[in-house]
Amino acid sequence: MSLLTIRNLSVEFATSSGGFRAVDGVDVEVDEREILAIVGESGSGKSVSMLATMGLLPWTAKITADEMSFAGHDLRSLSGPARRRLIGKDMAMIFQEPMSSLNPCFTVGFQIKEALRQHLKLDREGRKRRAVELLDLVGIPEPERRLAAFPHQLSGGMNQRVMIAMAIACNPRLLIADEPTTALDVTIQAQILDLLKDLQQETGMALILITHDMGVVAETAERVSVQYAGQKVEENAVEALFDTPHHHYTAALLAALPERATERRLPTIPGVVPGQFDRPQGCLFSPRCARADDRCRQVDPPVQPAALGLARCHYPLHAPQEAQAVEVAR
Amino acid sequence: MTAPVVTATHLRRDYEVGGGVFGKPQTLRAVADASFSVMPGKTLAVVGESGCGKSTLARMVTLIEEPTGGSLSIGGLEASREHWAQLRTDVQIVFQDPYGSLNARHRIGAILEEPLKINRPKMSAKERTEKAREMMALVGLRSEHYDRYPHMFSGGQRQRIAVARALMLEPKLLVLDEPVSALDLSIQSQILNLLLDLQERLGLAYLFVSHDLSVVRHVADEVIVMYLGRAVERGAKDALFDAPRHPYTKALLSATPKADPRGARDRIKLKGELPSPLAVPSGCPFAPRCWKAQDKCRAERPELNEAEAHPAACFFPEN
Repeated sequence: MSLLTIRNLSVEFATSSGGFRAVDGVDVEVDEREILAIVGESGSGKSVSMLATMGLLPWTAKITADEMSFAGHDLRSLSGPARRRLIGKDMAMIFQEPMSSLNPCFTVGFQIKEALRQHLKLDREGRKRRAVELLDLVGIPEPERRLAAFPHQLSGGMNQRVMIAMAIACNPRLLIADEPTTALDVTIQAQILDLLKDLQQETGMALILITHDMGVVAETAERVSVQYAGQKVEENAVEALFDTPHHHYTAALLAALPERATERRLPTIPGVVPGQFDRPQGCLFSPRCARADDRCRQVDPPVQPAALGLARCHYPLHAPQEAQAVEVAR
Repeated sequence: MTAPVVTATHLRRDYEVGGGVFGKPQTLRAVADASFSVMPGKTLAVVGESGCGKSTLARMVTLIEEPTGGSLSIGGLEASREHWAQLRTDVQIVFQDPYGSLNARHRIGAILEEPLKINRPKMSAKERTEKAREMMALVGLRSEHYDRYPHMFSGGQRQRIAVARALMLEPKLLVLDEPVSALDLSIQSQILNLLLDLQERLGLAYLFVSHDLSVVRHVADEVIVMYLGRAVERGAKDALFDAPRHPYTKALLSATPKADPRGARDRIKLKGELPSPLAVPSGCPFAPRCWKAQDKCRAERPELNEAEAHPAACFFPEN
């Protein structure tokens, strides 16, 4: 049985100009000991869907789902106290900006120990020992001394390590990392990604990595889910996704990578991600898709079978029956 | 042979930081020593991690900061203060964040015409408008965008506006300070193509500052790798990417994630982080993180031999 199961999750925000659907019918499934990457551009709803899972969205958000369960708990009907016992212990999250996610008024030691005090039955000594152990685990030199440091005294990479230490303090079963390396330099990014992978191997937790960097996905993830404008458009194992993308958006995204370029001019995706007011009918990608025809612009695309990467497309790429599908359409 | 658009020799920029009523301020050497030249129609890329001085370098070339040492000449003219006003029309800059670099209270037309108002005072209002509309067409904006405000545009379109504004005075050199790192992948390729198009059509020289090596590899002709205010390696793009000589360049290349799930990962793990630029280690600045460092590296600082075609500031270069 999978650790986290989300079926048909939708998140709608009430804005002054009407409702805005940030997440639209997303399914997520993560097994124990698995690394799932969620990729997408800004506005694709990748962060919002995970914040909804964590229960961290403000009251303006309306969350609906057919199923939302984590390790046997139904996250939809969980009471406040029960949720707080779960969040931060079995399910933890790392945020993008380490500098603004840590409290500048408290030492990093205090902030790590706070999680331990809330969730574990450790005495003062034990908490300190565990905090030192954690800082050591995430590769911070001189951990005893660093417990007394404030966030502004540490660099961005060090603060991100502190964030990771806080998140894994209670040995979570699921760690959600929301763009954990976007604010960092490449050499530090490599260190942090290696650290996350090593921790995942050692502790056997599941890891959901939210990112927009295809390189990070290729190097870290086992399974990838691609989101576009609030919908999941494709999901597949990482090799399959990079070799034979089935959705046109995935294919176009991969082709736009400078390192895959064969010519001086990069292949581009025309237009921009649809926003609140210009959501198209039918397939959301159809205004930017080279393959789109009238059917794409009118009819919502079906979700293809798993063999075709669950692509949400009328005319999936690399499909053996591609020719047939065109025939049927005619 | 054509003359380079910009030539910099031993450019240096110090800042004084700290120091109170009694305390002595410390000197922070943001750029210690940088020499380069850019030919018309070519792209020189400067790469490095945050704090290596690449943005300070860009600001010096754009005449926003005055160099503390060394010399800079643009179009054959010494970039001293009396020439600044004249040279500013030759060098323009595009900043990283298109959300912060456009005045939210001005219409696009006003944003584009402002450089002309200041630098071409004799130009009539009609000519200015004409020029702005022409430039909008050149960067792929529609003419109805003329009367809109920046908030009505997406990130990619804003960056087009920023590029158009930089081109209004017909500069010879465009400094691009991380022009695509704030943009989404699908938009990034549009802007990169636009920059390549403009370079071909207008014969512009680019100084491309970036930390994204895959982007640099796509656009650059020549690359300078900087570490703690110094150039540690310089070379033609292919030479540098295929056979990096300085260990830092090698580590930087190996740390860049590649979009190939089956690719071999022989990532070089660097120990530690960039030292504070206030306490640059004596000897080779990279020595504390380098896996090849020997006593000589910690005692003496290797120089970049400007005469070589592909120099590296290292006593024990690769290859």
